Amino acid sequence: MIEKDTLWIVIFGLGIGSFLLRFAFLGFVGDRPLPAWLVRHLRYTAVAILPALVAPLVVYSGQNGTTDPTRVVAALVTLGVGIWTRNVFAAIGAGAAALFVLVYLLG
Amino acid sequence: MPFTTTKSAFWAGVRDGAPFMAVAGPFALLFGVLATEAGLSVFEVMSFSLVVIAGAAQFTALQLMQDQAPTVIVLLSALAVNLRVAMYSAALTPYLGRAPLWQRVFAAYLLVDQSYALSHARFEADASMTVPQRMAYYFGTCFLVMIMWFAASYAGAAIGTTLPVGLPLDFALPIAFLSMVAPMMRTLPHLIAAGVAIAVALLAVAIPYSLGLIVAGTAGMMAGAQAELWLKTEPMIPPDERET
Repeated sequence: MIEKDTLWIVIFGLGIGSFLLRFAFLGFVGDRPLPAWLVRHLRYTAVAILPALVAPLVVYSGQNGTTDPTRVVAALVTLGVGIWTRNVFAAIGAGAAALFVLVYLLG
Repeated sequence: MPFTTTKSAFWAGVRDGAPFMAVAGPFALLFGVLATEAGLSVFEVMSFSLVVIAGAAQFTALQLMQDQAPTVIVLLSALAVNLRVAMYSAALTPYLGRAPLWQRVFAAYLLVDQSYALSHARFEADASMTVPQRMAYYFGTCFLVMIMWFAASYAGAAIGTTLPVGLPLDFALPIAFLSMVAPMMRTLPHLIAAGVAIAVALLAVAIPYSLGLIVAGTAGMMAGAQAELWLKTEPMIPPDERET
């Protein structure tokens, strides 16, 4: 259960933070170029943070931190189809289908 | 073709933005459903989507709040996921930086993958556009996508309250994240960044307060940046990176 106080702090904190990220250059910096090393790191934020967030959810997906094979397979199917087709919705569809079929077959 | 009026630039933006409703809609719908399942009211879901407008960051915050992570970690992680909008802001500034401040405030609020990708490509291709025409085009690209974003968030929240129990919805978030991240794996450094982040994240689960995520994300970013230097890959600022 999510605490209501926490929720509103997160909503407004994230709103203000995201706005500042979006406004940073348009509003404050003007068209001065960013340092190359910074741009280089920024380029990999999403591909680092999102997998880091998902990996434990996949690997420790069973009861009490064990590995649930149905969820690992569903994750691999999603990832494989996503890389292969470059299509977000093909990936979601394939992953969800794999999960439903496996949950149905294996209980 | 050069635009003759700011109005025609706006409608060109609306036309170019229209297909992206199909991208924004399902994510907003899924967010509405999962947030409702996590105990948020329709009003809270709508506030979230209206104030933040960032799919991946909202999903991240939702997951971490359910894991009872400390608020600071929730905010840091979600903002890290959203760091790319700072890059977009930097990339658009040469084209929009001379517009009036109030327009730049609204432009910043509406800066998402779609508005960035479409506008940047158009401004680069058409040097004859004036600053007001660029702003009009930019707001045009946001128009339908944002309507879709809010409407689908609402629909998702409404559906979420009526779904039967027993669906394996716990795993909808990981699947959504994986589907967002898979098409981003365009170069070897991207794969290396992801691989290092995964390895560190799995080793670091015991670190308290979900700090392992920050450690793993930072390690992945550094690995990607280093790999790019070593391999001298062409840096790619992706026009095709989607999700809102």
